[in-house]
Amino acid sequence: MTIKIYSFIFTMWILILIGGGLIVTIIGPFSLGSIGGINPIILSGIKVGIALVLIFVWVFTLTKVKNWIFKTDVKS
Amino acid sequence: MEEKIIVAIIVSAIAFFSIYAFTPILIKFLEKRNLTVKDVNKKDNVMIPRPGGISILIGIVASEITLYFFFPISEILAIIITSILGFSVGIIDDKKTMGGWFKPLTLAFCAAPILLLGAYDSNLNFPLFGSVQIPSLYLALVVFMIPVTGNTINSIDVLNGIVSGFTTIASFALAISLFVLQNYEIGIACLCLAFASLAFYKYHKFPSRIFPGDSGAVMFGATYGVIAIVGGVEVIAAIAILPAIINSFLFLSSVKKIVEHREIKNPTSHTDDFKLKSTDDNHAPITLVRLLIAKKPLSEKQICNEVLKLATFSGILAIITAFMMGVKI
Repeated sequence: MTIKIYSFIFTMWILILIGGGLIVTIIGPFSLGSIGGINPIILSGIKVGIALVLIFVWVFTLTKVKNWIFKTDVKS
Repeated sequence: MEEKIIVAIIVSAIAFFSIYAFTPILIKFLEKRNLTVKDVNKKDNVMIPRPGGISILIGIVASEITLYFFFPISEILAIIITSILGFSVGIIDDKKTMGGWFKPLTLAFCAAPILLLGAYDSNLNFPLFGSVQIPSLYLALVVFMIPVTGNTINSIDVLNGIVSGFTTIASFALAISLFVLQNYEIGIACLCLAFASLAFYKYHKFPSRIFPGDSGAVMFGATYGVIAIVGGVEVIAAIAILPAIINSFLFLSSVKKIVEHREIKNPTSHTDDFKLKSTDDNHAPITLVRLLIAKKPLSEKQICNEVLKLATFSGILAIITAFMMGVKI
């Protein structure tokens, strides 16, 4: 069981590194330059939306990994 | 550099020895006033004084104020005020059991000094990929971070010595990471937290002579959170407390709502020789401790050692991440 928890921590670490990469490469430079003159607050709102989607994907992936790692032990 | 080393030694000594000396006095004071709670994981009717948060408050605030005299920067002031506010939230919860939403909401207000003093940098730093500027989003992150760290650290205060031992390891890992990133002032501020929790661990480890209570545990978490923000090491700080985050994640994904920990069913029960075993009740939440004892019952001391080993592992990952901050893909 302990090994499974260590592997879960390691998986979370990898997911954090990947998630950070996605934030820096997608959310950071994201702009709607082609539309032009877009309100910065609207742009921030869109970035928040993308961040929330990424968080949802992250938590969903983590839940799947959790179920896979602890499937024999987690019954609740 | 020499001056900073001397300051680090002075404030670390203040943090450690003030708690080391004051806690026995606090234990006697609380026992005299019958401010004790039953240690449910002991065979006999053992009563333990609580809350030890007062002692932790004295240690952290005294050392951080001393540090502020040497480095009068707004970041250290933010650490002092947020720590005091975190303690205040915890002591209210110690005196009167509040609802599940009380701590997250009130802890969100504890982030106010960070925002008012402007003690943050809205760049969020990630390893390998660099940083991202999110000025509006970052304000939300600041308000979100203190409740998360406060509650996450508080949620692992389940057995003798876990929360203080865990905070000690995570804080030392965070302090080393801050030194790696050459953020010496905040690194020293983090050393205060590390030595304060280490001194308290001496009295909190198995068998506990005092419990930190919500005031101590929430203050540990709030102080840890504010250091992460003012030090610009939010990601590293999160990695260092991954076992506690896993505990909260498992708990929330099984309970599916925010509740006060006293309101939930106990996920563990006792064997005849008073080891802890996983409960058979499928409605009880999944926690880190429940996972550790899923295969075989363990003693309280064995569980604490396993959690501290997990904390050491995630602390090492945090330090590796700090070194990776300097690498760009």
